[in-house]
Amino acid sequence: MAENQNTVCFRTMHLDARVRHTLESYRSVGGYRQWERILREKPDPDQLINEVKTSALRGRGGAGFPTGLKWSFMPRSKPDQKYIVCNSDEGEPGTCKDRDIMRYNPHQLIEGMAIAGYCIGATIGYNYIRGEFYEPIARFDEALEEAYAAGLLGKELLGSSIDFDLYTHLGAGAYICGEETALLESLEGKKGQPRFKPPFPAQAGLYGKPTTINNTESLASVPVILEKGGQWFLEQGRPNNGGPKLFSVTGHVARPDNFEIPLGTPFRDLLEMAGGVSGGRALKAVIPGGSSVPVVPGDVMLTTDMDYDSITKAGSMLGSGAVIVIAEGTCMVKVLANLAHFYAHESCGQCTPCREGTGWLARVLDRMLAGQGRTQDLDLLDNVAGRIGGRTICALGDAAAMPVQSFLKHYRFEFEYLVEHGRPLVEAA
Amino acid sequence: MSDDKITLEIDGRLCTAVPGEMIIAVADREGIAIPRFCYHEKLSIAANCRMCLVEAEQGGRPFPKPVPACATPVNDGMKVLTRSKKALDAQRGTMEFLLINHPLDCPICDQGGECELQDVSMGYGEDVSRFSERKRVVKDEDLGPLIATEMTRCIHCTRCVRFGAEIAGLRELGATGRGEDMRIGTFVERTVAHELSGNIIDLCPVGALTSKPYRFTARAWELTSEESIAPHDSVGSNLRLHIRGSQVMRVHPRDNEAVNECWISDRDRFSYEGLSSPERLTEPLLKRNGQWQTVDWQEALHAALEALQAPGPDQLGCLISPTATLEEQYLLQRLVRTLGSDHIDTRLRQQDFRGDAADPTFPWLGLPIAELEQQQGVLLIGSDLRQEQPLLAHRLRMAALDGATIALLNPYALALNHASLQLVAAPPALASELRALSQVLGKPVQGATVEISDRHRQIATALQAAGKAGQGLVLLGALAEADPDYSLIRALAAALAETAECRLGFLAAAANSIGSRLAGSLPHRLPGGAAPKRPGLDAQAMLTDPRQGYLLWGLEPDRDFADPSLAMAALRSAKQVVACSHFKSAALDEVADVLLPISAFAETAGTFVNAEGRWQRFQGAVAPAGDARPGWKVLRVLGTMLEFDGFGQNNAREVHDEVAHACSGLAPDNRLSDARALTAITERSAPSAGALTRIGNLPIYASDALVRHAPALQRTPLAESLAVYLHPQQAADLGLTEGDQVRLIQGAGSHSGSGSVGDNAAAKEARAPVVLDDRIALGCTRIPAGVDGSEALGPIIGPVRIEKIGA
Repeated sequence: MAENQNTVCFRTMHLDARVRHTLESYRSVGGYRQWERILREKPDPDQLINEVKTSALRGRGGAGFPTGLKWSFMPRSKPDQKYIVCNSDEGEPGTCKDRDIMRYNPHQLIEGMAIAGYCIGATIGYNYIRGEFYEPIARFDEALEEAYAAGLLGKELLGSSIDFDLYTHLGAGAYICGEETALLESLEGKKGQPRFKPPFPAQAGLYGKPTTINNTESLASVPVILEKGGQWFLEQGRPNNGGPKLFSVTGHVARPDNFEIPLGTPFRDLLEMAGGVSGGRALKAVIPGGSSVPVVPGDVMLTTDMDYDSITKAGSMLGSGAVIVIAEGTCMVKVLANLAHFYAHESCGQCTPCREGTGWLARVLDRMLAGQGRTQDLDLLDNVAGRIGGRTICALGDAAAMPVQSFLKHYRFEFEYLVEHGRPLVEAA
Repeated sequence: MSDDKITLEIDGRLCTAVPGEMIIAVADREGIAIPRFCYHEKLSIAANCRMCLVEAEQGGRPFPKPVPACATPVNDGMKVLTRSKKALDAQRGTMEFLLINHPLDCPICDQGGECELQDVSMGYGEDVSRFSERKRVVKDEDLGPLIATEMTRCIHCTRCVRFGAEIAGLRELGATGRGEDMRIGTFVERTVAHELSGNIIDLCPVGALTSKPYRFTARAWELTSEESIAPHDSVGSNLRLHIRGSQVMRVHPRDNEAVNECWISDRDRFSYEGLSSPERLTEPLLKRNGQWQTVDWQEALHAALEALQAPGPDQLGCLISPTATLEEQYLLQRLVRTLGSDHIDTRLRQQDFRGDAADPTFPWLGLPIAELEQQQGVLLIGSDLRQEQPLLAHRLRMAALDGATIALLNPYALALNHASLQLVAAPPALASELRALSQVLGKPVQGATVEISDRHRQIATALQAAGKAGQGLVLLGALAEADPDYSLIRALAAALAETAECRLGFLAAAANSIGSRLAGSLPHRLPGGAAPKRPGLDAQAMLTDPRQGYLLWGLEPDRDFADPSLAMAALRSAKQVVACSHFKSAALDEVADVLLPISAFAETAGTFVNAEGRWQRFQGAVAPAGDARPGWKVLRVLGTMLEFDGFGQNNAREVHDEVAHACSGLAPDNRLSDARALTAITERSAPSAGALTRIGNLPIYASDALVRHAPALQRTPLAESLAVYLHPQQAADLGLTEGDQVRLIQGAGSHSGSGSVGDNAAAKEARAPVVLDDRIALGCTRIPAGVDGSEALGPIIGPVRIEKIGA
């Protein structure tokens, strides 16, 4: 197992913790060789994009859209300014992997962004970083300074005609700004709320110009894909599920951490890496891809592998790779109420169903937990969630709805018990 | 064109559409109802209310989710279902969400009975709510005297926000907070101050934004609706008057894409309040031995006739508000001319009539109003357009957003809501600026010019390029018309327009300024535009060379003239003054001998001819105030009593038809006869050393008697009061600072000291505070006209002396 770990985004992890984020450390693992080769040889961007397509790299932010395909949407021949934007607004509850890429291997993200910029014809990049990430922000800014000083960023790089400037932009605490078009609005200095699509960012993105937005992990994977080849990356995982992936394992585990492991690794192995369920309790449930995806009962998870297609088959989504482990003895109504409050708090307020519906869900759950539940509340919750999902501009509506529907599906008896008895079936230990 | 059409199916009906059209637009055209709140055809698409969700499929493949009809473009072969189970469930779902936090206080809501939320909930709502939690309550916003708020009712459609950003060009409202806590507000708690702000009342689909003056005065179902035409600026906005009993309760826009689209200015919307002002003149009055006595109409008319005949033909002058109807103006000129006088005029704020001989017969905007939006280069000369003609300013803003160069030449820079190139010069230099522009284009005009700057070059070349494309325009506004050198400015503007191959246009100042040209209520025009044998005295000459008798129509003599001091002095010295008026005023009390109450806006039938030469007839919608009578009827009776011919009309329509007959074959045309010769007119506005030139702009809510009597408008930030606006440097030179009280000395009183105007010694002295404003050209000072205190001043554009009080 260990030899398969930390092969891409975490490839500096084995170096001295005090200096592994520096330019020197990054160069020692082969860093910036791909960018320098591009600056020297100016390969056909299509050739590079094809390599990424071969790798079957899928967007690591949660939607899982093929990265190479996304890049190929950019109208490269248009004379407009184009932008590459990195989405480091990592706000999905349970997810903390992009934070560690910036803490431990920021240069690889810079190199990935520069290469992506070259591929799509963008000479300007923005890294939109979650505002609360104090340490990663500082690390990333230090790395930017180093890269500029080394002539890896800026104008006419290494004597070529290629320019690439990269800027940091900090978010201000809104989950919705992790949605790519809300992120663009925020980047433009406006209120962060998603744009109606079409037009998609590749046509009209930042400041109305063609823009590609990729997740931190996706972009940081690119230098290694080019170095070792798309085929190598694909073979790290499974067909259609190329590469290793970072999983943030949190919740009721003994050693919560980020793990970079091949896609297709059994969940059982990942749980073991995290030290198993804490306190030796049994596994009750897992939210396998960040708080927005449906919950999966523990027994199903124990026979499921960690890749996009397997998790879909298990009735959920791989999402951002945030694995939230829930042990026996946990009240699922309380878990859901917690999630519902999060979405009510983070809805941007633009679309009616999400603005009004998320608060309604949270209030009904609160009322149930206060012992005021009614039998019809169960159907109400399910129906209200169904009236939010699929009816809003962005996916936050779906994200708010899916947990509700899946919790009711798998743990309906806990809700029924609560309504009937006025207290939860599972009391806090 | 037909090749570009596609076919799709909505609810089984085959529809033709243009690719890229949204489903909702096609459905609307086909009469297929899709519920909506955020969608508005004049605003950008927000797609946020999610009420218009429909089911759709393309090429046999259904869209996985219901799609918003407002934001989903149609394609050939698309199938749309607006009332399928899936579509209805989505619509009902949205409806439920919209209602859970809505207060449902319809019985006490002004929007009740005409509320989009109420209407749509009848079709898509449930009779019982499943929502049993606590409802949201939202703190109200103070948006000023025109717009009442009840933000708890807001459904966050953002129409008002988009209106501000896209139409008004001023982001006064925005959405703050997120999720359930999202609210619409001013954020900085500032009053909404925009000349088109009232339109958000119409746009708001619920009772969150309602009319403050109308608030709690009537219910929608008590009102009847009459069509009308706005009586202020020359746009001639189409209106719908909402009436209860014999009172206009409120005014709404009536859609007319060619004129006002679906908008109206706040002035057109709220001036109706003036109709029920306690200052209305409601009964005929006669002055006997210096005392006013109420008399019946018969006695008043006899007294009026006596007063009109007494002075003799050449001693009778007739001064008419340019907001008078075509019918009134026509009958007035017939009465006065039959009495033997050609001294009749509506150009009350004009000072320079030297160009009258060259006047076009039927001057106009130079193009249809809607075409303003397609212009590529426009030069506005002497016009504070947003104040003068708010909706024309909106049209030009649309042109500017489309890339047009909008240039302005004014004595003060304007605060505009779009990009512009502004030349700012004190009035004596306006002519030199125009010559400079002509010179850039290689056609110098005789006379002084200013040094040519890059801006002159930019403007001139932009005009020329636009002119070559057939989309260039030179417009003359109210400040140009009031200029003591208007004839010269107009000639230079015409010369420039010709050189740049641009059209020349006139921004007619008032609702019926153009109508005067057609009705013949001018000293040099007969009905249909013909010239009389010998022109009579113009508005200025009638005052500088006072008549013994005057007939005043619909005006306030201390507010509506270019030189109120001069006007009041002339009227005081007259032997007989007959005033037909909508309002009482101290000034009329002082100078008139007979006061006849006439119908105001909405109380009489009539016709206005707007800036683009469009004749718009309207009917009387409510009974006149008190004992007032429609103006055309009063004139008909006067003519009949004198046994004059041509006063036998049975209704306003017949009067209209007579004018129309006189004007048959007359088309708008702005050509000046012998324009080049006019450019040689000598400038007369060179101020004496040390004197400043007053720019007496007419603030938007001081334009005519009706709007001056509308209380809510007078409380808005746009209602200016008398003040002396000075460039900070100018103020420093004069030893003045912000807030200093100064004495203003202007007009006859300023240089005569004693003598004939010695009678004026008791006249009020104008005092006003100094306001620093770096938009004002050096050499002049902006001192508004038509406002309280301005009546003691002289020419609206002319020399003024400023003395610090207590210095």
